[in-house]
Amino acid sequence: MRILVGVMTDLVSNPVQPDPAPRIALARDRAGRVTVAIGGAWQLDADLPDLDGIDAELSAEPGPTAVAFETSDLVAWDSGLASYLASLAWRCRERGIAVQEDGLPEGIQALLHLASAVPERRAESRDEHADPFLRRFGLDFIDLARSTGEILAFVGEVTLALRSILGGRARFRRSELWLLIEEVGADALPIISLVSFLVGLILGYIGDQQLAQFGARIFVADLVGLAIVIQMGALITAIVLAGRTGAAFAAQLGTMQVNEEIDALRTLGISPVEFLVLPRLIALVAMTPLLAIYANLMGIMGGAFAGTVVGGLSMAEYFTETVAAIRWNHIVQGLISATVFGAIVAVSGCLRGMQSGRSAAAVGEATTSAVVTSIVFIVIASALLTIVFDAIGLS
Amino acid sequence: MSSDPHTDSAGDPLPGPSPERLGDRVAVPSVDRHILLDAVSVGYGDTVIQRDLSFGIRRGDVFVIMGGSGSGKSTLMRSLVGLLAPQAGRILFDGVSFWDAPQRERIRRMRRNGVMYQSGALWSSMTLEENVALPLEQYTRLTPSRIHDVAVYKLALVGLSAYCDYYPSEISGGMRKRVGVARAMALDPDILFFDEPSAGLDPLSARLLDELILELRESLHTTMVVVTHDLASIFAIADDSVFLDAATHTMLTTGNPRELREHSEIALVRDFLSRGER
Repeated sequence: MRILVGVMTDLVSNPVQPDPAPRIALARDRAGRVTVAIGGAWQLDADLPDLDGIDAELSAEPGPTAVAFETSDLVAWDSGLASYLASLAWRCRERGIAVQEDGLPEGIQALLHLASAVPERRAESRDEHADPFLRRFGLDFIDLARSTGEILAFVGEVTLALRSILGGRARFRRSELWLLIEEVGADALPIISLVSFLVGLILGYIGDQQLAQFGARIFVADLVGLAIVIQMGALITAIVLAGRTGAAFAAQLGTMQVNEEIDALRTLGISPVEFLVLPRLIALVAMTPLLAIYANLMGIMGGAFAGTVVGGLSMAEYFTETVAAIRWNHIVQGLISATVFGAIVAVSGCLRGMQSGRSAAAVGEATTSAVVTSIVFIVIASALLTIVFDAIGLS
Repeated sequence: MSSDPHTDSAGDPLPGPSPERLGDRVAVPSVDRHILLDAVSVGYGDTVIQRDLSFGIRRGDVFVIMGGSGSGKSTLMRSLVGLLAPQAGRILFDGVSFWDAPQRERIRRMRRNGVMYQSGALWSSMTLEENVALPLEQYTRLTPSRIHDVAVYKLALVGLSAYCDYYPSEISGGMRKRVGVARAMALDPDILFFDEPSAGLDPLSARLLDELILELRESLHTTMVVVTHDLASIFAIADDSVFLDAATHTMLTTGNPRELREHSEIALVRDFLSRGER
């Protein structure tokens, strides 16, 4: 309080004139004592001198015996001066030079005592020096191996939980499952309509432009229909769900981790995998194929819009051609892919949520990581499934 | 309750478990010691936060784990409630080593513990009644209407039966902690654990919570393990305690906090218990 009042009166006494610039002067007497004369207004918003000049003086041979202060010209001060003196005092202590504080204003002396009285806490393993490239590379690799292990362990836990649901012993609330199914399924219809209609439209438009050169405009229906049903419908659904639902799962479980809600389940002997992950996995695996069927229809409608409006085909022609082009095996391929993608989105979202740390930033990271993990594995799975479908003669 | 022969160890400086001391403690019949720690070390990864913890908690006592910030009180509690395996040593409940038991046994033991978390840790997607009812739904064969009755009764014990349909985000922090107590009591546990019950509460709510703890102990004879550094609360409720030190990473002493405040030979413990005011 006294300090604040001191500053205030200083400010009041110079209401109009601009504050004199902070300045510093050094003088050494014969006994080797350095007197630091401080003048002007030492405030954080002023242009404060740096410590280099004093550093040079302190290191000069022969070393000074003591540092004293002279502050008769000091007009005003705040933390700008206090922090400057604190680091000066620290440097003196390092070099074993005595600091004579009696020349300083009383308030600053008190603050300096306060700042030096707090014992510095030695952080035990907090050395964050830059690692050389090879070491970082190695650490990243170890991280990757560990995270692969974690993913596999999680998938294993989920599988065990699935086994206990088949035995009718899984512990989760049915009411929550229905709520999740609604959130995951019905609520996603608008965005899936929009994206798949537009993708169908774009495919149709580009296809029409190319096919018109051969006078084969009618085949735009084959092109759009097959592309959407075999691959694009499932992929669009999965990517929309990864961004919409996978991220939400990670954020929900991450926040529960922060709130100790997951610990509360564990200490009751309730497995969080059974209670939280299973209903989410079931909801997504059940809903993704249905959403994919819907996305297929909307995509074909988009293609039809392009084919009729731009390509000049009639609706009847377009749909007859589409129905002729698509066979059952194409639809089955799309639905199998959609189911697999749904499981990937659910597992990635829940995994990242369960792994989340206990802070707001960690929940954000978990959410980002959930979407990235989903999309990476969706792309990998989509490539593998294409090979598998080809091998078993489904394509 | 407070006139017992065990507080005679109050003033003992206890740097570590000397062999005879450890032998002495293990030799105590296990019916007396509800929970027994035998040279337990806790921590995360390579970091040891507390080592060589050996003490017993008597059945029906209110036992306080105290110590300064960062001394590892909450970490020790995570080991006691089964969330974090200790790095060394054994934790025995009724003479049975918890962490050496197979998982099925561990889960059975954990179900007989109730835990109140620092923030309440209520499941935010459920109403208060559903929060209290969930353990009952999972582990009893009661009919839904009986479960409703029991849940409302438990909420009434903490004075919140009027708030059954509220969600955790709609009530205050002190109320959330009380619901946390109600949920922890849902399955009539043998042992109730409290993590910082008075943290973040105004003095009056903190006292009400302390009284609740004492009343529940009187009526249910539950063993209570309380992690706290709140002095008012420590003197109000504790029968026995252990003091964890952040600097030496081990326990300094055990005993009744009132007696420790007066007679402990360790200056740090006396200072802690008297806020360094003497």
